[in-house]
Amino acid sequence: MSQASTTLPRWIDIGLIPLINVLMALLVSGAIILMIGENPIEAVQIMLVGALGYEEGIGYTLYYTTNFIFTGLAVAVAFHAGLFNIGGEGQAYIGGLGAGLFLLMADSSLPSILLLPLGLITAGLFGAAWAAIPAYLQAYRGSHIVITTIMFNFIASALMVFLMVNVLIKPGQMSPESRVFLDPAHLPFAHEVFAWMGIKISRSPLNVSLIWAVLCCFGLWLFIWRTRWGYAIRSVGFNEKAAVYAGITPAKTVMLAMFVSGALAGFVGVNEVMGVHHRLLLNFTAGYGFTGIAVSLMGRNHPLGIVLASLLFGVLYQGGAELAFEVPTITRELVVVIQGLVILFSGALAYMSTPWVEWLYGRFSKRQAESRQEAA
Amino acid sequence: MVNPVTDRSTVLPQAEKASPAVLPAAIQLTRICKSFGPVRANHNVNITIAAGSIHGIIGENGAGKSTLMSILYGFYETDSGLIEVDGKPVTITSPQAAIAVGIGMVHQHFMLIDTFTVLENIILGAETSTLLNPGLAEARIKLQKLEDEYGLNVDLDAMIGELPVGEQQRVEILKALYRNARILILDEPTGVLTPQETTQLFRILRALNREGVTIVLITHKLKEIMAITDTVSVMRAGEMVAHRKTEATDAEELAELMVGRKVFGTIDRGTAACGEPLLKVTGLRVDSDGAVPLLDDISFQVRAGEIVGIAGVSGNGQSELLEVLSGIRGFDAGEIMLNGRQVSPDHLCDPKAVRGLKTAHVPEDRHRLGMVTRFSAQESSILGYQDSAVYNRGPFFDLSRIKAECRRLMDGFDVRPRHPEILSANMSGGNQQKLILAREIDKDPEILLVGQPTRGVDIGAIEFIHRQLVELRNRGTAVLMVSVELDEVMKLSDRILVMFGGRIVAEVAGPDADEKTLGLMMANAHGCTPAPADTHA
Amino acid sequence: MEQSFLFLVLTLDATLRVSTPLIFCAMAGLFSERSGIIDISLEGKMLAAAFAAASVAAVTGSAWLALIAGVAVAVGLALLHGFACITHKGNHVVSGVAINILASGLTIVLGIAWFQRGGQTPSLPPTARFMPVEFPLAQAVDGVPVLGTIYRELLSGHNLLVYVAFLIVPLTWWVVYRTRFGLRLRAVGENPTAVDTAGLSVSWLRFRAVMLCGLLTGLAGTYLSIAQNASFVRDMTAGQGYIALAAMIFGKWRPFPAFGACLIFGLLDAVAIRLQGVHVAGIGEVPVEFIQALPYILTVILLAGFIGKAVAPKAIGMPYLKER
Repeated sequence: MSQASTTLPRWIDIGLIPLINVLMALLVSGAIILMIGENPIEAVQIMLVGALGYEEGIGYTLYYTTNFIFTGLAVAVAFHAGLFNIGGEGQAYIGGLGAGLFLLMADSSLPSILLLPLGLITAGLFGAAWAAIPAYLQAYRGSHIVITTIMFNFIASALMVFLMVNVLIKPGQMSPESRVFLDPAHLPFAHEVFAWMGIKISRSPLNVSLIWAVLCCFGLWLFIWRTRWGYAIRSVGFNEKAAVYAGITPAKTVMLAMFVSGALAGFVGVNEVMGVHHRLLLNFTAGYGFTGIAVSLMGRNHPLGIVLASLLFGVLYQGGAELAFEVPTITRELVVVIQGLVILFSGALAYMSTPWVEWLYGRFSKRQAESRQEAA
Repeated sequence: MVNPVTDRSTVLPQAEKASPAVLPAAIQLTRICKSFGPVRANHNVNITIAAGSIHGIIGENGAGKSTLMSILYGFYETDSGLIEVDGKPVTITSPQAAIAVGIGMVHQHFMLIDTFTVLENIILGAETSTLLNPGLAEARIKLQKLEDEYGLNVDLDAMIGELPVGEQQRVEILKALYRNARILILDEPTGVLTPQETTQLFRILRALNREGVTIVLITHKLKEIMAITDTVSVMRAGEMVAHRKTEATDAEELAELMVGRKVFGTIDRGTAACGEPLLKVTGLRVDSDGAVPLLDDISFQVRAGEIVGIAGVSGNGQSELLEVLSGIRGFDAGEIMLNGRQVSPDHLCDPKAVRGLKTAHVPEDRHRLGMVTRFSAQESSILGYQDSAVYNRGPFFDLSRIKAECRRLMDGFDVRPRHPEILSANMSGGNQQKLILAREIDKDPEILLVGQPTRGVDIGAIEFIHRQLVELRNRGTAVLMVSVELDEVMKLSDRILVMFGGRIVAEVAGPDADEKTLGLMMANAHGCTPAPADTHA
Repeated sequence: MEQSFLFLVLTLDATLRVSTPLIFCAMAGLFSERSGIIDISLEGKMLAAAFAAASVAAVTGSAWLALIAGVAVAVGLALLHGFACITHKGNHVVSGVAINILASGLTIVLGIAWFQRGGQTPSLPPTARFMPVEFPLAQAVDGVPVLGTIYRELLSGHNLLVYVAFLIVPLTWWVVYRTRFGLRLRAVGENPTAVDTAGLSVSWLRFRAVMLCGLLTGLAGTYLSIAQNASFVRDMTAGQGYIALAAMIFGKWRPFPAFGACLIFGLLDAVAIRLQGVHVAGIGEVPVEFIQALPYILTVILLAGFIGKAVAPKAIGMPYLKER
C-alpha cells in the first residue's frame, strides 16, 4: 500500500520488516495478557497445544484456516488493483446465501456430483455480484469503494436477517434457521474422507473446502502473476496512468478485480454452509471477512504469505478458544485484539521500522565494507 | 556535457553596478548549492537583486530557477551558501520566515483554496484574531486600501473556484502584499494567462514597482523579460551563466545563453525518401479548465520515412499533443488521420486501437507512463503488448517466451544489466529508456511517436538511440519526435515544428534550422502569430 | 387523535435519545475529515469510550470521572490514528479498521478479565450515571394540551449529554465557520500545500482535528454506557459509528445537514422499533430490517451521485508530502 523501500535488499524488505511488524503486534498482545494478570508464555503454550497438540484441535485450526485463506485472498486481489475491499464479510454472507438457496431448491432433484460444484459456483457468483455493485459504483460513478463496501456489509446483514426470519426459516421453529440440506448436498468432512480410506481421525468441522482453498491460492497466484488479466490488475494498482498508456481500461479492471475478490469471499459460504452447518443460518461469517484484512496485510498480498498468515490466525482462533476454556480471565476475543494489532503494525504502521532498519543496515554494511578493506 | 558560453568575469560586475551603492541589495545570494541525491539542482549560484528593481531570471525548464526560488521561500534548505536580504544575512527555514523578512511569492500553481472566498484565502495564516469575523473586517479595510493603491481589482467576496485564473493570480499578489511583502517573486506567472491578462499583470507589476516593491520574475519567455525587467539573470543546468542589464542586451543574446549547447555531434542521416503521409492532423484543439486551450489549431503531417521534430520549451502543449495522438487523451475539435484511420472527437481511438494501427509510442515520462517501476524488466518489456499472441499461450503468459524476448530486446539495445527479472525501478534511467525504445521499435511500427528520447540518458546511449531513430526512419517509418533539447531536434529532424502556447508557431526545414532563430521562436520573442497551416514543405 | 399525537411525541422523544450518539460521532467525523483525515474508526473509539466510562463509573461511582475516562481513551485512540496517518503517512482506512477491530476485541477481553460478567460491566446505580434532567414545572404544565405534552415528554426529561449533543451542533458550526481555527481546518483538508505556504503546520492542525474527533466520540461512548444505558454491553455500538459516518457524508461534511441526517436516521431507528409487527394500511407489514438498512442504502445512492453530489474535502485521505 505504502511505498516500499528500494535501498534495502529484498530479504529485509519482504522478510525481516514484516516479521518485525508481526513481532511488535505479538509483543503488545503479550503485554495485554500481562496486564490481565496472566502469564503470556503459559498462554502461548496453551494456545499451541490447543491448536496443534491433538487431532481435533488441528482439525479446527485448519477449518478456520480455510476461511481465512478465502477472505485473505479476496482482500489481496483487491489490493493488487489498488482497492480496499472491506466488504469481505458481506460478500461471504451473500455467498453463503447463494449456496444455501441453490441447495434448498435443488438438493432433492440433483445428485451430489452436480449439487456440490454448482453450489460452489453459486456461492462464488453471489459473492461476486455483491462485490460488483460497489465496484461498478467506484468505476463508473466515482463513489468511494471503502464506504460502499462498508455499507454493503450492513445491507447484507439486514437482508439476511429479513430472509432468515421471514422467508427461509423452517416452519414451526423458533431460531431463524433453514431446514437441513439433504445428505447429497453435504460437503464431505475430513474425517469422512479419511474413513473412506480406512483411516480413523477425530471428528472436526474440517471439510474438503480446504482443498478448494489451496487450489484457489494456486489459481490466484497463476491469475495474478501468469495471465494478462492479473497483469492488468497489477498495472492499475501500481500505476494507473501507465496502465492507460498500455491500453488497459481501469474501470473494467476494477470490475474484474472486485468480481474475483467477491467470489473468493463468497467461498467462505461454501466452507460454512455446505461444509459445516448444512443449512442457512445467521452470522456464520463471524468476522472472518475482517480477519481477511489482517491476513492479507500480514501475508503481503501473496498467496504463500496468505497461507502462512491464515495458518497463524487458524492457530490463534483455535488456540484462543482453548485458552479461553483453560484460563477463565482470558476470552477468545483476545484473537480479535491480536488481529487489530496485526492490521495496525503490518498495515497502517508498516513502514514505521523501515528508517531504523535502514540505519542499522547502513551501519552494518559500512562496517562490513571497512573490515573487508582492512583485511585486504 | 554542458559547455557554458559565458564569460562570467565580464558580466558579474555589470549586475553589481545595477544596484546603487547606497541601498543594500534586496536579495543577495552567494554560492548557493542544492542537490537532490545525485542531481545538482543549484550549483554555486550568485545573484544580486537591487532594491526597487524588476529583475528577471530566465532559463529553460529544469534549469534550477524554481529550486532557487523555493530556497528563498523556505521550502528547501540550502546545502551551502549565504542568503542576505536587505544587506542582512538570514536563514530561511520555512515560508513563515520568508514572510517575516518581507518576501512574498506567487507560485506557478496557485496556493488557493477553491471553496473559500478571496478574503478568506488572503487572510489564511495571517488572521489577526481568534474569531474570524473581526479579522475579516479588519483585513477588508486594509485590502481595499491596497487594491486602490495598486489598481488591483478583485471582488473580495467572490469564490476562488469561480474566478478566472488572471484574477486568481491577483489574489495571490494581494496575499503577498497583505503580508507586507516588499520583495515579490513570481514563478512563471504568465503560463496560464491570456495575452490580455498578461498585459494587465504587467501593468500591476509596474505599479507595484513604482511603490517600491522589488519584483523578481521567473520565466522562460524572452519577450516578457524584454518587456518589463530592468535586469536579467540567465540560468542553465543549475548554474547562473550571465547577468545583464536588460537595455544592454537583446533577445538573441539571451536565447543563446539560455539554450546553450549540448554536444550531440552530427549523424549521417542520408536523404529522406519520403512517402505517403501516415499521420495527418488538422485543426486539433484541446480545451483546458481555463480560458486558454491546451492545444489550439494544430495542423501538420508526418510522411513515411521522415522525422518531424517538435521543438519548444516544455509545457507548451507538446505532452498533450503526444497524449492525444497516442489515444490517452481525447480532444475537442479537429481531426486526425492515423495510418489510414480517421479519428475525431466523436470517434476516438483508445491506446490499444492506436497500437493496432501499427503506431508505437515512447512516452515522455518513462516513470509516469512508459513503465511500471515495480514490475520486473520483463514485465515492463511487454507493457502495451500484454495481450499479444506472442506473449500468451492460451489463458496464460508464455513466461519463457517473454523472458527470451526481453533478453533479445536487451541484447539488441544493449540494456544493462541483462537480467529480465531485475526490478524496473532498479535500472538506471538510460537503460530504462533503452528498454522502452527497444519494446516499441521492435514492433516495426509504421508510425512512431516519441517524446524526449534521451532525457536523463548518458552520452553513449544518446548516440545509440539517435542511430536507432534514424534507422527506423530510413526503413520508412513516420517518426514524430518531441524534445526540449534543441540540438537533438536539429540533429535528427527532416522538418522542425516549433510549439508555443499550445500552437505551432513555426515550421522550418531541418537543414535550414539555426539555433538562434529556433531559440527565439521557442521563447516567442517576437510574439509570432501561429504559422498558417499550409506551410508543409 | 390524542392517541396518535402521544405516539408521535414519544417517537420523537425516542428519536432524540437514539440520535444523540450519532450527532456526537457525526460532528467528530466532520472535524477529522474536514482536516483531510478519513475516519472510519468512529465506531471503535465510541466503543472503547463506552467501555472505559462504564468501567470507571463502576469502580469509582462517579459519572464525571467516567466521562473523563471515556474521553481520554477515545482521544488516545484518535492520537494513535493520527500517529499512523499523519506522522507515518499510513493508510487512513487501514488504520481505522485496525482501531475498530482493536476496540471490539479489547473491550471484551478487558471486560471479562476485570468484571467476570461475560463482557458486561456491573450495572450502575443512578448516582454513577447521567440521569434524566427534569425541567422546572414539567409536572405542572402537564394539564396544558399539546404544548404541555411536548414540554414534558419531548423537551424535558433527557440526560445532560442529550442536551450537550444538541448544543454541539451549533458549536461545531461556529468553530468551523466562525473561528480562525475553523478556517485553517477547512483549508488543510482542501489544500494542505496552501496551508504550508501560508506558514502554518499541516501536522499540528490535523492532530488538533483528530483530537477533537476523539473528544466527541468519547462523549458519544460515555452517553451510550452510562447515560442511555446503565452498563457496558459487548459490541453495544452496533454499527452506530458507521451510521454516523453515513450521516456525515449524507450531510456533505456540513454540521447542520449532517445533524439533519442524524435525526432522520435516528427517526428511522425509532420508527423501526415501533413498527415491529405492525401492519401499515396499504403496504402490509414493513420489514424492520429494511428500515434499519435504509441509512446505508440512502448513503450508497447519494455517493453514487443519484441524489445531489457529495463532494468530499479535496485532500482527504492523502498524506501530505512536502514536495513540489
